[in-house]
Amino acid sequence: MKEYTFFPGCSSEHNASAANMENSVQSMCRMLGIKLNEIDDWNCCSASIGYAGGGQLPRMALSARNFALAQKQRGNTDLVATCAACWLAMRETNERIEEEAHIKQNLNTALAEAGLSYDGHIKTRHMVEVLIEDVGWDTLKSKVTKPLKGLKVAGYVGCQTNRPFGVCGDSFENPQYLDRMIEATGATAVPFPMKVACCGGALMFSEPEKSCVLTKQILQSAVDNGAEVIVTPCPVCQLNLEVYQGLINKTLGTNFNIPVVYYSQLFVLAWGGKWEDAALHQQVIPAEPLRRFA
Amino acid sequence: MAYDLTFAKDVYKKSEMGQWIKMCMQCGVCAGSCPLRAHWQHSPRQLFQMVRAGMRDEVLKSSDMWMCTSCYNCIVRCPRELPITHIIHGLARYAETEKMTDPQQPTRRFAVEVFWKNITSTGRVGEAMLTMRLYFLDGLGAGIQRGLEMKDSAIGMLKTRRLNPIPFRGKLKGFDGMTKMLAKAAELEAKLENHA
Amino acid sequence: MEQQKKIGCYICTGCGIGDALDLKALKAIATKEQKIPVVKDHALLCGSEGVAMIQQDLDDGTVNAVIVAACSHREKAAEFRFDIDLMDRVDLRDKCLWMLDVKDGDETAEEDRQMMAEDYLRLGCVKIKKMNIPDPFLHSEGSKDVLVVGGGLAGLTAARDIAKAGYNAVIVEKSDVLGGKMNAMHKVTPDNQPPYRELGENFIGALISEVENDNRIKIFKNALVSKTSGQPGQFDLVIKNGSTTKELRVGSIVVATGFDPYDPTKLPANLGYGTSPDVITSADFEKMAKEGKIVRPSDGQPAKRVAFALCAGQRDKEHLDYCSGACCIYSMKQAMYVIDQYGDDASTYLLYQEIRTPGQMEDFYRSAQDKGAVFIKGDVAGVSGNAKGGVSVKVRDHLIRNNENLDVDLLVLATGMVSTVDTLDPNAPSPVGTGRDELPGSILNLQYRQGPSLPRLGAAGFPDSHFICFPYETRRTGIYVAGPARRPMGIAATMTDASGAALKAIQAVEAVAHGVAVHPRSGDLSYPSYRPEGCTQCKRCTEECPFGAINEDDKGNPLFNPARCRRCSTCMGACPQKIISFANYSVDMISSMIKEIEIPEEDEEKPRILIFACTNDAIPALDMVGRNRSSISPYVRIIPLRCMGSLSLVWIADAMSKGFDGVMLMGCRHGDDYQCHNVRGSALAEIRLSKVSETLQRLKLESSRVKMVEVNIMDAETLPVVISDFVEQISNLNPNPYKGF
Ligand code: SF4
Ligand code: SF4
Ligand code: SF4
Ligand code: SF4
Ligand code: SF4
Ligand code: SF4
Repeated sequence: MKEYTFFPGCSSEHNASAANMENSVQSMCRMLGIKLNEIDDWNCCSASIGYAGGGQLPRMALSARNFALAQKQRGNTDLVATCAACWLAMRETNERIEEEAHIKQNLNTALAEAGLSYDGHIKTRHMVEVLIEDVGWDTLKSKVTKPLKGLKVAGYVGCQTNRPFGVCGDSFENPQYLDRMIEATGATAVPFPMKVACCGGALMFSEPEKSCVLTKQILQSAVDNGAEVIVTPCPVCQLNLEVYQGLINKTLGTNFNIPVVYYSQLFVLAWGGKWEDAALHQQVIPAEPLRRFA
Repeated sequence: MAYDLTFAKDVYKKSEMGQWIKMCMQCGVCAGSCPLRAHWQHSPRQLFQMVRAGMRDEVLKSSDMWMCTSCYNCIVRCPRELPITHIIHGLARYAETEKMTDPQQPTRRFAVEVFWKNITSTGRVGEAMLTMRLYFLDGLGAGIQRGLEMKDSAIGMLKTRRLNPIPFRGKLKGFDGMTKMLAKAAELEAKLENHA
Repeated sequence: MEQQKKIGCYICTGCGIGDALDLKALKAIATKEQKIPVVKDHALLCGSEGVAMIQQDLDDGTVNAVIVAACSHREKAAEFRFDIDLMDRVDLRDKCLWMLDVKDGDETAEEDRQMMAEDYLRLGCVKIKKMNIPDPFLHSEGSKDVLVVGGGLAGLTAARDIAKAGYNAVIVEKSDVLGGKMNAMHKVTPDNQPPYRELGENFIGALISEVENDNRIKIFKNALVSKTSGQPGQFDLVIKNGSTTKELRVGSIVVATGFDPYDPTKLPANLGYGTSPDVITSADFEKMAKEGKIVRPSDGQPAKRVAFALCAGQRDKEHLDYCSGACCIYSMKQAMYVIDQYGDDASTYLLYQEIRTPGQMEDFYRSAQDKGAVFIKGDVAGVSGNAKGGVSVKVRDHLIRNNENLDVDLLVLATGMVSTVDTLDPNAPSPVGTGRDELPGSILNLQYRQGPSLPRLGAAGFPDSHFICFPYETRRTGIYVAGPARRPMGIAATMTDASGAALKAIQAVEAVAHGVAVHPRSGDLSYPSYRPEGCTQCKRCTEECPFGAINEDDKGNPLFNPARCRRCSTCMGACPQKIISFANYSVDMISSMIKEIEIPEEDEEKPRILIFACTNDAIPALDMVGRNRSSISPYVRIIPLRCMGSLSLVWIADAMSKGFDGVMLMGCRHGDDYQCHNVRGSALAEIRLSKVSETLQRLKLESSRVKMVEVNIMDAETLPVVISDFVEQISNLNPNPYKGF
């Protein structure tokens, strides 16, 4: 059984906004024989918006603490994150520790206050990278027992699962991996020009009037291209596209009612998992088009 | 004096990744790539040029940096490989430390006053508390108003067990160590200078 | 010709040729109709066995002239390279099989295809019968030395490279020192020094002593070239040094006389030249930096804040219309001087439109930014003096859209480069007689019928001959221009340019020594000659030769200088008496080919259209049409011409009286942005064609039967439409009444 150190992130906590992602990822990994060892006592990664309150060192110290705990508990095994922002923040911190000596030194001075230290060498990976590189396309396909035949899906990659690091060398402008995942489940990936457009991110909390416009364009494009459901790897995208559909409909006069699910939910369903295993009961907009495969 | 380099040199030294600003070749790719471009008064390339032109007040008082959603589109497209997103974040933070930001800018308030406090008070994000703090920033009335606007979403989240109804959460086991670590990091941050 | 011509015709049946065509009938055309003594076929002629079969016949003397009837002459050229002077390729595949849309079992179409193939085979047979073995133009007193005019960076580099290659060079330098403008240069850009970030030391001293110590290089200082006559291999020079003169023979010439900086007093007023002593040119600044202290000329105070106005008087219709390509980089270099001298106190601003970074200089640009130079995309709205010294530059900043005063100690204007070469308008009437005089300020004083100077290219007036294909080559064979004399450029480009021109100059002397053409028909042994008895002294040949190859002798007859000639055949087409020809190309050859094509009777309703196509662009484009398998009409017949310039109106008359229903001419683009390899060939053909209506009227035919089109090598997509439109237009006319006469 393959094991990884696991960093779930705040939104994947019990009863948090991405609980459906967390629950389906856990089912997916069980089905793949992957063991995720959660870092004990991890803290928030500070996401991308932590810069404003935290500056460079306090912001990165948060990630450094997670790495230090991980190293202590699990050695240098690969660390897996499911949230794009966590993946990005952790990876960035690790890179700067490894590449900039003065950053490494300062962060270790701070870590020492908590009785910790970290000098790099843990590779941070996104769950989709694990699926593509370690599990492999053949396995992802061969596990399908209930192909999602005829299901039309818009694969929404979003920003941070794509940029700035990229997934497995895929293009920044038109990445293919999510469409391939959709096709692997037997569903059809519809053409989707907005697949890497920005959903507005955290601006949805503070200035929703600006980010609703962006989100609306993405939903519109999915609907226009005939998608019955949108699939995404990112919890912020999922939240903005699904939970705020009501607000968008109200403020921009639209009439969207399209479910937004995670890639992990599609896989669990296609591999014969139960509706609840796929956490599809945790959708704010019920995933009705998926019912026929349950 | 116009085109005085004092401000630029400060930014090169003190603002996160600020030393990269001098490498911008003003091609405009970032400006055209930003999803929020309609809301920027000055695009990243203009901000960078304003830094080089010594326009301290205009840059640091600008709301532009708060428009960045961290989508990283500019960063992957910049032909000069400037870490634009981080430079923009850096400028926002620098404006904050120089006490030049507009206290009413909503994203600034969320980022500085709500988010950072939220995560450092327990070690993790408490989503319910985060939302409440945000809504009630402008007082009780405005908070209830916004809360009501969003009540359908909130009820949906509660029903699907994606929102914890109890806004207060416990602290990490290592909370005290973490707090000391952050204090130290903040102390070091004040002395931090960019290395070219 | 001493030897009896023994022709062998080899037909390939590979690539589908054998399946599509009636081989027996083809062979019968060659043997019975065309009386070719040896006719053979092979299923893979380009294979070693096929080639060996031909070689065998050549070796045992059965054959000494070869027709390869297979694919286009542009295919398998290496395989079919035999050591003989008479050879032709007949294209049965690319421009016949591959261009015709023949459905299985469509007998009419198959018959049309067969007719086309047979006609092409006929053309090949007639052509080779009309070819003679060329007798190369050789001269026993030729020189292989190279004259280099100018002893600056370009000239020194060229001379050094010529000597390194084992040839002798003669430098003529008008001043008393070598090194030219490089002598005034403080430091140089690191064009050849990775990582291209730091300034390099001026190396001109080392280059000068390398040249001065090379015994293959002779140097004349304080000298000018007051006369150049003759032709490549035999250029006779008069070199003047004060009142003394010296005569010298060289084989070819490199002109490396450099540039003059644009006169700053002519600059637009907004740049402020003359308003304050603190507004200077880049050249002034360079001098100051070399002397040591960067200061304000007005009061000698340190100049720590310096602005550079790029593109000063350049890319500007009123001044220099072009970009000098080097000033962005040298302005960055100069900004670095300021930073080096004043460190943290330095502030440098480059006001630019666009930044040009030739070669590896993008890295240098980054280095300048990294060192702190500030680049402002904007222009100078005005300049005013400052009470406390220095100047106030009003900057229109295009990015932050403001108008601010930039107070600096110095404003440096990056002025452009003007070529020092005297050029002449290539389209002006030839200065008969007067052109051979000595012209003060002329670099070479050519004693050519067409004037003492080098023809210029385009509006910018550079002494170049072809803006795409042939760098260094002027329109005077054996004379090459290098460095900023050719077009503005910086140090690295100048050195590469000089090496290139040196190699061209060597190529020229060697080609001439072997009696072959230099370029573009490199290796061609033939050259034009005329039959004096027929000449009316009309001077059309001397006037129209694009390369000034023909002078007049004392009696007023044309005097061909074969070593100046590029074998373009324009003179052949120009001569109204049809008395100019090449051993292997003549008016009679093409006329005979036209006459050999079979014209079906009128009632067969199979029109015939003749296409004359230039071998340089139109033929490759047509090959591409075949390669794309785009179909064209089976009624066309293509005859390649060396250049449209060889077009003789008699061919049109021949085609019409033979019964062709239409004639189409495919030449290269002409005009200011011409693509004709021979500069004027297609333009002259068009002028000649304007007189064709007389010929057609005489024959009582519509003038719309003849059409000229410009074809570019990239036109394979559109060519089939161009052809089918013309075929359709001709089909709407009555058949040519001369059929069957
Ligand atoms: S990262 Fe920020 S500045 Fe860059 S394109 Fe995205 S939103 Fe705009
Ligand atoms: S894309 Fe990069 S180089 Fe271009 S203007 Fe923006 S920051 Fe400058
Ligand atoms: S390539 Fe040319 S020579 Fe070779 S088989 Fe084909 S047609 Fe014949
Ligand atoms: S090289 Fe630069 S400064 Fe010179 S003309 Fe061209 S663009 Fe202008
Ligand atoms: S062939 Fe061309 S270059 Fe030669 S003499 Fe005739 S016109 Fe001039
Ligand atoms: S064009 Fe012909 S006729 Fe006229 S001068 Fe030349 S050779 Fe003589």
